[in-house]
Amino acid sequence: MLTNVLSLVIWVPILFGLLVLATGDDSRAGLARWIALVGALAGFLLALPLFTSFTELHGGMQFEEMHPWIESLNINYHLGVDGISMLFVLLNSFTTLLVVIAGWEVIQKRTAQYMAAFLIMSGLINGAFAALDAILFYVFFEGMLIPMYLIIGVWGGPRRVYASIKFFLYTLLGSLLMLVAFIYLYGKAGNTFEIAAFQDMKLTFGVQILLFIAFFLSFAVKVPMWPVHTWLPDAHVEAPTGGSMVLAAITLKIGAYGFLRFALPIAPDASRYLSGFMVTLSLIAVVYIGLVALVQSDMKKLVAYSSISHMGFVTLGIFMFAGNTQNVYAVEGALIQMVSHGFVSAAMFMSIGVMYDRMHSRNIADYGGVANKMPIFASFTMLFAMANAGLPATSGFVGEFMVVLGAVQVNFWYAALAATTLIFGAAYTLWMFKRVIFGEVANDHVAALKDVNKREFLVLTLLALTVLGMGLYPQAFIDKMHPAVNDLIAHVAQSKL
Amino acid sequence: MNWATLNLTPALPELFLLAAVLVLLVVDMLIKDERRCVMYGLSLLTLAGCAAVQYWAWTPVPVETFHKMFVADPLSGIIKFFLYGVTAAVLVYTRQYIADRQMFKGEYFTLTLFALFGMNVMVSASHFMTLYIGLELLSLALYALIALRRDSVPATEAAMKYFVLGALASGLLLYGMSMVYGATGSLEISTIARVIASGNGNTVLLVFGLVFLVAGLCFKLGAVPFHMWVPDVYQGAPTAVTLLIGSAPKLAAFVFLVRILGQGMEALLSQWQGMLMIVAVLSMALGNITAIAQTNIKRMLAYSTISHMGFLLVGFLTGNADGFSSAMYYAIVYVLMSMAAFGVILALSRAGFECEKIADLKGLNQRNSWYALLMLLTMFSMAGIPPLAGFYAKFAVIRAAANAGLVPLAVFAVLMSLIGAFYYLRVVKAMYFDAAEDDSAIEVRADMRVVLSLNALALLGLGVLPQQLVALCMSAVKQSLTMF
Repeated sequence: MLTNVLSLVIWVPILFGLLVLATGDDSRAGLARWIALVGALAGFLLALPLFTSFTELHGGMQFEEMHPWIESLNINYHLGVDGISMLFVLLNSFTTLLVVIAGWEVIQKRTAQYMAAFLIMSGLINGAFAALDAILFYVFFEGMLIPMYLIIGVWGGPRRVYASIKFFLYTLLGSLLMLVAFIYLYGKAGNTFEIAAFQDMKLTFGVQILLFIAFFLSFAVKVPMWPVHTWLPDAHVEAPTGGSMVLAAITLKIGAYGFLRFALPIAPDASRYLSGFMVTLSLIAVVYIGLVALVQSDMKKLVAYSSISHMGFVTLGIFMFAGNTQNVYAVEGALIQMVSHGFVSAAMFMSIGVMYDRMHSRNIADYGGVANKMPIFASFTMLFAMANAGLPATSGFVGEFMVVLGAVQVNFWYAALAATTLIFGAAYTLWMFKRVIFGEVANDHVAALKDVNKREFLVLTLLALTVLGMGLYPQAFIDKMHPAVNDLIAHVAQSKL
Repeated sequence: MNWATLNLTPALPELFLLAAVLVLLVVDMLIKDERRCVMYGLSLLTLAGCAAVQYWAWTPVPVETFHKMFVADPLSGIIKFFLYGVTAAVLVYTRQYIADRQMFKGEYFTLTLFALFGMNVMVSASHFMTLYIGLELLSLALYALIALRRDSVPATEAAMKYFVLGALASGLLLYGMSMVYGATGSLEISTIARVIASGNGNTVLLVFGLVFLVAGLCFKLGAVPFHMWVPDVYQGAPTAVTLLIGSAPKLAAFVFLVRILGQGMEALLSQWQGMLMIVAVLSMALGNITAIAQTNIKRMLAYSTISHMGFLLVGFLTGNADGFSSAMYYAIVYVLMSMAAFGVILALSRAGFECEKIADLKGLNQRNSWYALLMLLTMFSMAGIPPLAGFYAKFAVIRAAANAGLVPLAVFAVLMSLIGAFYYLRVVKAMYFDAAEDDSAIEVRADMRVVLSLNALALLGLGVLPQQLVALCMSAVKQSLTMF
């Protein structure tokens, strides 16, 4: 059973997605919802053994599967997870479950297609995290553009067409150059697309720089790093709630994951050489985008900018490896931050979605005094806002703290600048929270608000539990990733020239 | 000619096809107008018969006949199987369309089969004369088909344009062939290759001849700067005929390219590689960029064809087995994509309504989500997004180019496929994001529904599991071309 668990977490959601699609038009929407729920639940339950049966003793790949796929080019269907990717497969399967529940009665238009798109995307994302063959990775990585494009374009807001095309072309540009890099490495590595072979290969400095640039363009767009972040606010704002949740919680993480899996191990010398540049971009994202978030009047846009700022923290942590070869704190902090941001940003978008479904507005100015009418909802939102601001005992704190801790060992000023996020993050999140939730009831629309229903309560509770759980006992996650991160740092510390 | 020693087996499929078309011509005279569907059935039967004979006459090694003018080898065999399939699908897709437009005549079927016969001859030619005869047979049948609706002004104009430019291209080809003959003393492809390789040919004359040959070939492929006819003919011709022009002949043209440049002129690789590189770069750039500005979907697909031919040339111009088989794979996948795209357009057209504009696809997902899905798969495949077959085709040619040391060309091709993605996305946007303006039901004959669905789903199937077709192309190229 455990030998092909990765194949199952990839293909079961996709098959359920196709099944949902087959239910046809909106007259059978109820059936479509239930099949989707079963599929998402099955996907999540199948992913659980990845966590429970994971061996923490070594940093290598586990649950490996290997079958020839395109023999004439030596491309293999090679799957496996280490302590890093396993967490994201789990996070993704969990988020998909939430998205299906969150969209239950909100999506009335082409429900089957909506649910199917998310299930298929969930399978593709799992595939991207589990792929150990570069072309297999690329197929999953690019394939997920199709459902996301449709999700934004069909169920999105007023400017959805612009946002969806921008999202698609931006991400395609980056990934195409990565494909060229793969083809180049294929020739160098002796006709194989195995990522492990790429990682063990000696490369000259000039080549490493070019490869790093190709990977950088691909993953930086996905993360997104400043200055190629502009697609994200558009996509987030126009996407439906579920789309925003998946975008923020998962797809952004693939960019950061790509740095850890490809850019660093394949081109370690170039990564070290360019780490100053990467750190600069990350710090700009943390500080400048944090300030941009402060002035947003649209709640979704605010959270979108906050995502970019938080992801700046992630890339900062990743590129702290260069300063001190034993600096596992920063990288582990970055990973914790990624998982935590997955929960917190999903929760923030869910909260905004709950309000949007009632008011059909995302404008902060249209709200005020929501706590008077929706007390349960307000308490949940309070927790998520605090987590977003990085309050201790929530998951948001752990990652940020570890990254700052790691950064201090490298350069005090990096740490000092990065720590400003604790101020800006608190400022923009809590200020928005105050304006929306507290105060007098602002208008008749707010006065007519009803508190969360059972379905929303369920999603919010699940998210709240994970946010608190991860904040109180992050060690469960750190233990899993520790060997893999150690191996990675040791690998990257060796020059490949 | 000594009949006793003449081996007819390699040409049996062609002989069967020819005999069947002649029978059809006679049958057509005898049946009444309302029973014209007999012709449809008999044509499909003919194609099935051709495939059966082809299977029976299969040869794993090249066999020549007719004094080395005609060759049967795995390359031609596989391409011919695809030609039969594609032609059959064309007939199935177009049946309703031509019936609605007073084109359901015997000529439609016989001309289509004559075009197929021409393609078969082209594909199996091992002599410049046979190549030329096959090409002319194909072209003449296509000119007549375009003008089949003689009261339609755009169609007549398109036929005229195609005829004049096509005749010019044929002239260029013939001129090039005559120069090659002057330099090598032969029209036979294997002899030409031998003479050039031995260095006995007059190089100046050969290169001159080569330029004309490349020009003529690019004309037939529709590659820049010899592409002017493509958009006008695609737009002007009845969609049924556009479907035919945009599909099977591209397969034949690919083999044409392999026979003349790959087999005959292999020793001049350094010469034609440079020429084709310019043509490929221009085709990808102009095709993709101009397609963005189109509002007519047939015209947009015409420009997309130009860019696809550029990609095909990227694989071909590497001049090695890897590149040839990637180009062959590209040609096959391209034909499948083109068929599916025009198939959906045909399905949306009905009596009195031509689906011509991208706007005509608006809200297709609302009207009929199945056809929208098929078109979605086709468009993403054309854009080269995995896991669809178009991705793998692009990947194969780009990899072949990079392996041959043409990294800048590979990078350029990659960037062009990004530009290409934009206009394919626009079609998807129209189908999925826009509201329908036209609520009329989409009625499609059951046979077409099945074939079209299989056609588009094949793009997904070949994208997920490309191994079989890749291996088939590779073995065909390796077994058929003696230099590998």
